Amino acid sequence: MTTAALPLLRRTRVASSVIPGFAPALGFTLFYLSLVVLLPLAALLLKAAGTTFEQWGRILGDSRVLSALGLSFGGAFAAALINAVFGLLVAWVLVRYSFPGRKIIDALVDLPFALPTAVAGIALTALYAPNGWLGRHLEPLGLKVAFTPLGVVVAMVFIGLPFVVRTVEPVLQDVDLELEEAAASLGADRLQTFFRVILPAIAPSLLTGFSLALARAVGEYGSVIFIAGNLPGVSEIAPLLIITKLEQYDYVGATAIAAVMLAISFTLLLAVNLLQKWRRARMGA
Amino acid sequence: MSNHAIREPVAVRWTLTAVALGFLALFLALPLAAVLTEAFAKGWGAYLRALATDVTLSSIRLTLIVAAISVPLNVVFGLTASWAIAKFDFRGKSLLISLIELPFSVSPVISGLIYVLLFGLQGLLGPFLAAHDFRVIFAVPGIVLATIFVTFPFVARELIPLMEEQGREEEEAALTLGASGLRTFWLVTLPNVRWGLLYGVLLCNARAMGEFGAVSVVSGHIRGLTNTMPLHVEILYNEYDFVGAFAVASLLALLAVVTLAAKTALEWWHRDELTATSH
Repeated sequence: MTTAALPLLRRTRVASSVIPGFAPALGFTLFYLSLVVLLPLAALLLKAAGTTFEQWGRILGDSRVLSALGLSFGGAFAAALINAVFGLLVAWVLVRYSFPGRKIIDALVDLPFALPTAVAGIALTALYAPNGWLGRHLEPLGLKVAFTPLGVVVAMVFIGLPFVVRTVEPVLQDVDLELEEAAASLGADRLQTFFRVILPAIAPSLLTGFSLALARAVGEYGSVIFIAGNLPGVSEIAPLLIITKLEQYDYVGATAIAAVMLAISFTLLLAVNLLQKWRRARMGA
Repeated sequence: MSNHAIREPVAVRWTLTAVALGFLALFLALPLAAVLTEAFAKGWGAYLRALATDVTLSSIRLTLIVAAISVPLNVVFGLTASWAIAKFDFRGKSLLISLIELPFSVSPVISGLIYVLLFGLQGLLGPFLAAHDFRVIFAVPGIVLATIFVTFPFVARELIPLMEEQGREEEEAALTLGASGLRTFWLVTLPNVRWGLLYGVLLCNARAMGEFGAVSVVSGHIRGLTNTMPLHVEILYNEYDFVGAFAVASLLALLAVVTLAAKTALEWWHRDELTATSH
């Protein structure tokens, strides 16, 4: 793998720099990257490549596998949508309005990055369980959150929240107020200005935040499994099914689900990247 | 033009602020409060007794050991990779950066799975390891490897843009004046990126100590031997020892709050010496 990459990674401006250490630094970087990341991922691809058509058919035809994949991707999509709306609102309020404690609350937004997922998982479960602080009041309304797919989405909203806020916030800060004033002086009301002037400016960052939150939620395990209830075919997420297959020594099944998840995730991220590039090219033209 | 043309009416501002804060309270403040309430549900005595058990203490020890190995390794990697990427020009740089960030888009469970496929009994290197009586999976080496994988990009991702932003002039000046490459690195480059490095280390450490999914796959959950704190939380919780589970969880929550506080302090006082893309 490294030898194939060598011509690609050859230095382009050798003469201009007196800084030493290129070869050892890049050599160690590639060595460590290969050892820790690339070779183990290659092991997964190798295992997936060795899976026969019948095995693929059997695994992907299994309704339990399909519903787990459906829940992981569908739940993540719903959670990312919720985060896009509320994350934008939170970013807006933090950037545009001032209120006591704003800086502290701004710092608190990163909590899902810092709080271990298992802790988040049991905390959310304690809140939304039928006897919990929130579950107690939701249950009489006929709303069951814990141990249902809804609980999965709640955990995924928690884990994805900072991605949208943190990608939208700096862009919102940079939006030119003069543009808004111009829109107002031309007779646009606040809502029109928001949808015609502000939203187009922050849309790319909103999309990036959405896709980051989506990617994170798709693979999420720790914060989800406690609140999910993990009923096969109903509230069982794909990462949990991978672990279940591993525990049954079904390495082929576990690998196949993992490969499908990686393939869909990378395709989604690639599509978003291409969309952004296309958009930039069009705006620049 | 007067400012109110681009401001929302007071009622709208208040409503939006209330909804946003309500959302944050629901998803951030309440879970944090729930951890503390549950941990102290039966008082301080029960809390301390829950923490003082042998298996809990050994899980704390293992978590510290794993972080003490994986964080320094990722620091060395982060410094080396950012030196190579920021101080030199070469083709394939953006591909290399994408590969370094790859672990962020891999599910933690898959991060553990790949090591099982490589080092597990049925894995590619499994028979070789078994013949030499060396365990990786269901043992500490596997936990360390999985932790290194999930925390791999943190330090490098912070340092690469920072070093690129700072350019090469200072290093080139030092070298032209006769300093050796290593001396230049220690006396010029490292001091320039120290706050960014600390920032990366904080985030890397928080994830290393809190990682659950990846470690869960490779650990084997052997009590007192291969249980880290997050795994221990799960075991206690599943045994309905809620005070125990939330007591250990409260330590991890404390780690998260301290990490956030330190990170925020860095952002307030050293914003110019950090990368613009902060989280």
